[in-house]
Amino acid sequence: MNEFFSTNLGIAVILLAQTLAVVGFVMISLLFLVYGDRKIWAAVQMRRGPNVVGLFGMLQTVADALKYILKEIIIPAGADRPVFILAPLVSFVLAMLAWAVIPFNSTWVLADINVALLFVFAVSSLEVYGVIMGGWASNSKYPFLGSLRSAAQMISYEVSMGLIIIGVVISTGSMNFGDIVAAQNGSLGFFNWYFIPHFPMVFLFFISALAETNRPPFDLPEAESELVAGYQVEYSSTPFLLFMAGEYIAIFLMCALITLLFFGGWTSPLPFISDGPFWMIGKMAIFFFLIAMVKALVPRYRYDQLMRLGWKVFLPFSLIWVVFVAFAAKFGWFWGLYARWTLGV
Amino acid sequence: MGIGEIAFYAFSISTLIGGVFTVVSRNPVHSVLWLILSFISAAGLFVLLGAEFVAMLLIIVYVGAVAVLFLFVVMMLDVDFAELKAEMARYFPLGLLIGVIVLIQLMFAFGIWDYSDGYQQRISEVIGSGTNTAELGAIIYDEYILIFQLSGLILLVAMIGAIVLTLRHRDDIKRQDVFAQMMRDPEEAMELKDIKPGQGL
Repeated sequence: MNEFFSTNLGIAVILLAQTLAVVGFVMISLLFLVYGDRKIWAAVQMRRGPNVVGLFGMLQTVADALKYILKEIIIPAGADRPVFILAPLVSFVLAMLAWAVIPFNSTWVLADINVALLFVFAVSSLEVYGVIMGGWASNSKYPFLGSLRSAAQMISYEVSMGLIIIGVVISTGSMNFGDIVAAQNGSLGFFNWYFIPHFPMVFLFFISALAETNRPPFDLPEAESELVAGYQVEYSSTPFLLFMAGEYIAIFLMCALITLLFFGGWTSPLPFISDGPFWMIGKMAIFFFLIAMVKALVPRYRYDQLMRLGWKVFLPFSLIWVVFVAFAAKFGWFWGLYARWTLGV
Repeated sequence: MGIGEIAFYAFSISTLIGGVFTVVSRNPVHSVLWLILSFISAAGLFVLLGAEFVAMLLIIVYVGAVAVLFLFVVMMLDVDFAELKAEMARYFPLGLLIGVIVLIQLMFAFGIWDYSDGYQQRISEVIGSGTNTAELGAIIYDEYILIFQLSGLILLVAMIGAIVLTLRHRDDIKRQDVFAQMMRDPEEAMELKDIKPGQGL
């Protein structure tokens, strides 16, 4: 049996199984994320939320997904057919693609590449195409306005997100998630995590993540009070399901990124408790709860406020922070808190 | 044929297909989408060469930013493409001539580079042994920091120039005064009602 797994076919089988495990994990957590999101939202508004299908309504998402899949796909007569079909696929596939480099434990990762952080950043910068293509191919006014908004919004917040990531990369000296988490693993438990030296950036990254994934209060591309549902107006059944699933997967990915970059990934908060993937998943769940609470509590931004916040507040602040971190790391200020280089740079 | 070769041919073919369809597509938005396919395939070729940092930068900068702006402009502009096509037919011989000349020049340049004596000595050596992110950083930010900063300065001047050329500050329209909006007193702007939890409004 071991011989089989060292042949080309065996390696392909192992890779396929690992990929399926990650996809399965993401898809199953997706079912509970949508459920949890609706329940949290309902609790804040003093409603019950989904409570009919399954125990406590837990299977509501499954029922919804089945409903979407079984419905008819409607393609508007004026739509650009190939691009119209391609857009939700791009949105969903790219959201799944980024999980290839996300580790859950020190060795639990599909592709352990040197530029993992850049890869995630590249994939999340491509996600804007699903929205733009969907909005344009619908050949209708509201989707088009939604996609134009989304293009400007995502590019704006990507810039400050990139600068925040650079701060973490300077502190670590590597773009590999394993190295970034290893740099946060120390004898002091959660005092070793990056959220202490990079404290203000945690908030900036969290808010940028909301803007990048078109989550409320920055859901201007689909603002239902102005644009009905933005780029999703003309979409029905499975294509709509793919858009929605892609959006939730991207949000969950952002939870994983915050956990890995600032909250020590799979390391335990207290030094005497063992590390493990459950820490990673637990922390991701906490951040998803926070994102769901933001959706329930904060009203939607106006478009000019959104742009002003991105370019005139976040960008200068994160740029100054990069310069500060660079000096602090180079000259070893604050007892070397900012320079945790394990490589001989 | 190994997996590397299969991947090389797949990426090369999709780069070329993307390039060809960028030129022949009737719809400009489709052209930009084919161009994106071409960029991504080129990034795949960089990964095969072991230059993963350059590949990721190609995707982030060209696909994630430049092509989005292309798409933005092409979708917004209402260009009459029938007229444009007629124009193109008139200048086709000139364009063809320029294309052929450039192609011949490239053939001369690379042909002489490849087949002249001492070709092996001109190939620069592989620098360093670390990851290519670290090596590129060392070269750009340590060795050639002055040249790098100068090129940044040139870009900054170009950017300021573009802004100066296009900025027209109009006084006859209503503007949002963000500072005044933030400084509004909540006491005057709204009224708070005390509602018991569990009852709603």
